[in-house]
Amino acid sequence: MEFQKQTIRQLSEMLQKKELTAKELTAETLKNIKEKEKDIDAFLTICEEEALQEAKKVDQAFDTYASPLKGIPMALKDNMVTKDIRTTCASKILENFIPPYDGTMAARLKERGAVLTGKLNLDEFAMGSRTEYSAMKPTKNPYDLTRTPGGSSGGSAAAVASGEIPYALGSDTGGSIRQPASYCGVVGLKPTYVRVSRYGLVAFASSLDQIGPITRSVEDAALVLNEIAGYDPMDSTSVNCSVPDYTKALTGDIKGLKVALPKEYFGEELHPGVKEEILKAVGYLEKLGAKVEEVSLPHTKYGIAAYYIIAPAEASSNLARYDGVRYGVRAKEYKDLIDLYEASRSEGFGEEVKRRIMLGTFALSSGYYDAYYLKAQKVRTLIKEDFAKVFADYDVIVGPTAPATAGKLFQAAKDPMEDYLLDVYTVPANMAGVPGISVPIGFSENMPVGLQIFGRHFDEETVLKTAFAVEQEVCFDTTKGARR
Amino acid sequence: MKVTMETVEHTAKLARLKFTEEEKTAFLGAMNDVLNYAELLNELDTENIEPTSHPVPLKNALREDKVWDYTLSREDVLKNAPAEESGGFKVPKIIES
Repeated sequence: MEFQKQTIRQLSEMLQKKELTAKELTAETLKNIKEKEKDIDAFLTICEEEALQEAKKVDQAFDTYASPLKGIPMALKDNMVTKDIRTTCASKILENFIPPYDGTMAARLKERGAVLTGKLNLDEFAMGSRTEYSAMKPTKNPYDLTRTPGGSSGGSAAAVASGEIPYALGSDTGGSIRQPASYCGVVGLKPTYVRVSRYGLVAFASSLDQIGPITRSVEDAALVLNEIAGYDPMDSTSVNCSVPDYTKALTGDIKGLKVALPKEYFGEELHPGVKEEILKAVGYLEKLGAKVEEVSLPHTKYGIAAYYIIAPAEASSNLARYDGVRYGVRAKEYKDLIDLYEASRSEGFGEEVKRRIMLGTFALSSGYYDAYYLKAQKVRTLIKEDFAKVFADYDVIVGPTAPATAGKLFQAAKDPMEDYLLDVYTVPANMAGVPGISVPIGFSENMPVGLQIFGRHFDEETVLKTAFAVEQEVCFDTTKGARR
Repeated sequence: MKVTMETVEHTAKLARLKFTEEEKTAFLGAMNDVLNYAELLNELDTENIEPTSHPVPLKNALREDKVWDYTLSREDVLKNAPAEESGGFKVPKIIES
């Protein structure tokens, strides 16, 4: 039995029918991870003993409660805090950090009997789009080991696509779940802002950060969202509104669905091979009875400029806590307290993180706040209003997740600004707080292409429904990346 | 050119970072690239636009004023401390004797 090709649904059924125990599944998964890691490098920490023990516990109490995640192995992006398991954010400054508590994601999944197999690679503090800014190691794309898995949740996407684990959680501040999912040919969902608790997610840009699942099917994304969405008293920004059963939305019936196609998402930056696949998928939507019309999101082109002021500004504030005093790495040599801060931070942070801290500190500094930060937050309102206007008449907005497929490793643009521009289609959803999914639909020059679907605030149901309908039509084999 | 070398040095001080001369030059370039690109925002008239701080409306989240049983022990809090003494975080001397 090749567990590495099964979805959560399939594995859960086998466990329930007792064709398989959680311990067997976990042992097989760990063996598979070790084998694949020689190529993929998705994991920063593998929790072998803990996972086997947890699986044994699950087996012993298997019939006492029901959750489709029970006994299923998974892994978390290494910016989610896990009790007694090293949590590094792929940064040298946290390389020795062993959290004394579980974040809400770790706690909730544990409660449901999910088996944590390890922690996944990312760009340092989730800042990047290639997982190359990890201070530990780069992760490889399972479809082509010379290419990037995308980022910042590159470890999460590569681990799922390579068949190491059936699902993972990632975090998305400007596209960090959707873009790697697109590059690796798997499903990546960024729920509505504050739909999922962020307690224990190491903060990057608090008005943008959101946790979500990376899976091999849309149904699995719905299953995981069912378990992780909802109010959390430990996160005062999480909202107290009901969580539907998202799997009920997966009917395949999208007759009469009003689909908006924003013309700004089909500009000259869009690679022709990607565009062709996207238009094919749009054709399927029409075939299934959806009504597709072209619309305009006129402020799309300002998204990147506003984002790269707002996100660094918030990051500069959030990352002020790493000072070598309470936890994390302290520099060996320093003259006084200020020097201790400066030396610890300068040695501990990587180049990209420092770039963003500098940019953000500048944008918030006296004399520049109005011109940069405040201006960007006002433009953000315009972007938000673009979405509100379109959603007054349409159910979903559809376009490409990224302008191109995964690029070669270690070929980041020399000028960081050039790479930032590649986030053009994903950043607006974070700015507006709307949910977005990337669903694999085809290939361009042998690399996966993702279709992106946005919905109204808290309407993940329609997003998932649309994604499911497309998925059933395109029949993309998400286990293809697990072949090697 | 928005940012000068003096601004880089001042900003580094605010951010509690220190750089070599070579790094300063690199950051100067990178910061200017992004800030020059951000000029694009000035095409838009935002005179009467309210800034967004959170994309989804958030209200004050109040809770009952009582102590939660959820709390970390002193031992757990200090477990990751680079240096500790007598149950506290240890830092270099900050008061002149």
